[in-house]
Amino acid sequence: MVQYQPAQLDVSFAALSDATRRGILEQLGRADASITDLAEKFDMTLTGMKKHVAVLERAALVTTEKAGRVRICRLAMRALEEEAAWIERQRQLWSARFDELDKIVEHLKSKEKADARRKRR
Amino acid sequence: MPEGKEGSRAAMNRTTVERKSDRELVVTRTFDAPAHIVFEAWSKPELFKRWWVPKSAGMSLVSCDMDVRTGGGYRLVFRHPAFDQPMAFFGTYKEVTPHKRIVWTNEESDQGAVTTVTFEENGGKTLVTFHELYPTTAALEEALAGSAQGLPEQFAQLDELLAGRS
Repeated sequence: MVQYQPAQLDVSFAALSDATRRGILEQLGRADASITDLAEKFDMTLTGMKKHVAVLERAALVTTEKAGRVRICRLAMRALEEEAAWIERQRQLWSARFDELDKIVEHLKSKEKADARRKRR
Repeated sequence: MPEGKEGSRAAMNRTTVERKSDRELVVTRTFDAPAHIVFEAWSKPELFKRWWVPKSAGMSLVSCDMDVRTGGGYRLVFRHPAFDQPMAFFGTYKEVTPHKRIVWTNEESDQGAVTTVTFEENGGKTLVTFHELYPTTAALEEALAGSAQGLPEQFAQLDELLAGRS
């Protein structure tokens, strides 16, 4: 999880102070893009774009991920949403699984109780 | 049923899932039974196969061989309507401490996780902690991407079933 500490906010605002970087965020708001895509769109060298993306990454506004030979950039908020959705899918699977286990556990428990009662008789 | 029991039961039935790190998944749940009972449901294949694949997952367990003791092995074979071929999952129990702890490997690939499940009894209830450690972040994501497919739409059905039971 990204924690927005005061120092982090300074870094975020510094990152946002540049018009190109604001443009990059706007672009990523529409769709994820590779650094190459962004460099073309903003008519910039690959090295120049890498620097901008690195600033946005340090500010926790953008996350990047290597997919084969390209590096894909996306808005950090979107990455967080995806992570939350992923966790929710896992939770649903495990809830269903453990609900089934619960039924069996309840059944074994009542069986054990019944057996104990029978023995006492 | 005494007043208030329903509420405490709902709280207890909560399943938590946490991605503890890039390579670790932790799932917990408390069961209203002593540890030896939960352990039994986990370690006897005839019981295990009745809950490991929830009905709502749309998969079926074709076979379930489990030799739950330290050094023993397991092999689970699943079938899913979307796939022609059955899928096999297998590995070795690295450590089995009855009523307390089971550790096993997943050996379908060299990217398989090491799984530890612990059973902690407290006041007649048992906290189950399921912990998976993957060799890499990519391995965790790949392994879990497909595992929860097809669940949400069938969830209402399961809720109905459970509501009818209690």
